[in-house]
Amino acid sequence: MNNQSRTDAAGAPVGRFGAYGGRYVPEALMAALEQLDEARLKAKVDPAFQGELERLHRTYTGRPSIITEVAQFAEHAGGARILLKREDLNHTGSHKLNNVLGQALLTKRMGKTRIIAETGAGQHGVASATAAALMGLECVVYMGTKDTQRQALNVARMRLLGAEVIPVSHGSATLKDAINEAMRDWVTNVETTHYVLGTVTGPHPFPEMVRDFQRIIGVEARAQVLDLVGRLPDVVCACVGGGSNAMGIFHRFIDDQSVRLIGLEAGGEGVDTDQHAARFSTGFPGVLHGAFTYVLQDEDGQTLQSHSISAGLDYPSVGPEHSFLRDTGRAEYRPITDIQAMDAFSLLCRTEGIIPAIESAHALAGALEIGRELGPSAVILVNLSGRGDKDVDTAARWFGLLDEGSQLDGLEHQ
Amino acid sequence: MSGVGAVLAKTKAQGRAALVGYLPVGFPDVQSSIDAMVAMVESGVDIVEIGVPYTDPLMDGPVIAHAADVALQNGTRLSDVFTAVRAVADAGAPALVMTYWNPVLRYGVERFADDLAKAGGAGLITPDLIPDEAAEWMAAAERNCLDHVFLVAPSSTPARLRSTTSACSGFVYAASSMGVTGVRRTVGDAAQVLVTRTRLVSDLPICVGLGVSTGAQAAQVAGFADGVIVGSALVRCLSDAGTRGEGLTALRKLSVDLAAGVRNGR
Repeated sequence: MNNQSRTDAAGAPVGRFGAYGGRYVPEALMAALEQLDEARLKAKVDPAFQGELERLHRTYTGRPSIITEVAQFAEHAGGARILLKREDLNHTGSHKLNNVLGQALLTKRMGKTRIIAETGAGQHGVASATAAALMGLECVVYMGTKDTQRQALNVARMRLLGAEVIPVSHGSATLKDAINEAMRDWVTNVETTHYVLGTVTGPHPFPEMVRDFQRIIGVEARAQVLDLVGRLPDVVCACVGGGSNAMGIFHRFIDDQSVRLIGLEAGGEGVDTDQHAARFSTGFPGVLHGAFTYVLQDEDGQTLQSHSISAGLDYPSVGPEHSFLRDTGRAEYRPITDIQAMDAFSLLCRTEGIIPAIESAHALAGALEIGRELGPSAVILVNLSGRGDKDVDTAARWFGLLDEGSQLDGLEHQ
Repeated sequence: MSGVGAVLAKTKAQGRAALVGYLPVGFPDVQSSIDAMVAMVESGVDIVEIGVPYTDPLMDGPVIAHAADVALQNGTRLSDVFTAVRAVADAGAPALVMTYWNPVLRYGVERFADDLAKAGGAGLITPDLIPDEAAEWMAAAERNCLDHVFLVAPSSTPARLRSTTSACSGFVYAASSMGVTGVRRTVGDAAQVLVTRTRLVSDLPICVGLGVSTGAQAAQVAGFADGVIVGSALVRCLSDAGTRGEGLTALRKLSVDLAAGVRNGR
């Protein structure tokens, strides 16, 4: 489709996954992207950098994260064995810190003093604010006003950590618009500022770099499953918004052809409505936020508004490597509706005593579906990418758990 | 020589800079935006930049982003762009379309180039398509004798200045300062430095954009550039006006002021 001339020494296209990826950005950002690419490639093979990141993960993030077998939950999945990779137990409560610590270290290496970030559910914003506090960086987080309202707790967390949170009210006032605003900031302040993009999309090198920082999830999980079960899993399930937790757990398994990789997108109120974020069900390849990838768009190429009960999956585009894995058939993608996700959310709470993020509940719902298809012999690894504390407001409202007259903080805004 | 090239050669022969005026299609509605573009041409704008409204205009500041929102809410379609191109061409000025890349990609690059040429368009300015990703577009443009204008920025490395300018036709768009579109109180030295650096590697005309809003600023930029690009200040004439008529009057007045400015630079 889009042939590009840039190739590496071996003739392979730079920054492309098949036809997908690339750099669709203003020229003003090119110098920064080239600087970043150089810095991250050096860091990748620099024992000092890798040692520092490993030390932080061990002593700060809490890695390796454990895996937990959830037998009582799995009774509802046709008896398949279900293993959760517990990224929810990381410091800050999600997989996001894996990437942020890496990029914050790169920021210091590049001599920059300020980071900016976008956030949807607030998890990436919290992780960015955390890393900034730890490393003495100034931090500004852009967040859509629809999300600042439904994730009010995370806004307060970021501010406690010393970050400035800037609400973005134009467009759909969600993650997509927060990214636009972060890009505008970056173009203006690129000399002092690094944009800590939170997921595996954007212009090259972000999709590759963020994947590399998240890849540790699958590296650990593969060894842990082999150790526990004595064989590879049949299926790996992960939710896909931008897709960083999914790329993180998928990547180490890509060469294991027997392992099915299944990404679960937000089906919202159903893919036959216009209230969803199922890019692979109704989207087309196009350009958004610097990458050529699947995009929810109308026939004029205007971005369509997405919808999901989960702020973190409410995004009309997806990382380009997922588009590649989808087109080549190496990974499958399925929509999960709000209802399916909330049923799985509730089930995990009640059967296992674990409150998942609503994003991760989409992966759990996928595991229930796949388990029933495959039967009791199946082993399913699920990336539990985040914990659900931030979603208590949304869940309490969904399940009608509030006594009359009582009100949780933030609910009045919803 | 392309329509844009011919105009820039003419203004150079006249010892002045060209005035390039930007307006988005569909703001405040399709017909009014076309009337406004024609009014600019009648008031001294040499080249018209026709903006395509887009949902995610990440290079644009609040004035133009708001205009794009309004245009899309009004139901402005990509096909309206070709109507505007035809009207501007008929009014006697080259019509360059400025668009983010996805609308063209979705329409089909070949088909867009064909239809733009058929409507009498002069070419495209692509703020989020760098030459590195533009092979398909450049080939389609060459086949249709359309100009492909790319941007250079103060942050562009010498190597990128060279590769980007060698991919340009018509002129080189020099984004005068780091940041998004919008009115600035001063144009600053960055623009002049960038123009000087660009002249070292390219013989093409250089037009400077981002931030010019008055005749005095236009004159200042005309002192060192081949063309002065004005966007947000013209859009603001339309958005600040009480009525459509007042908007057109303000737009004509500013265009005349800017046209005098580009003649007073040297």
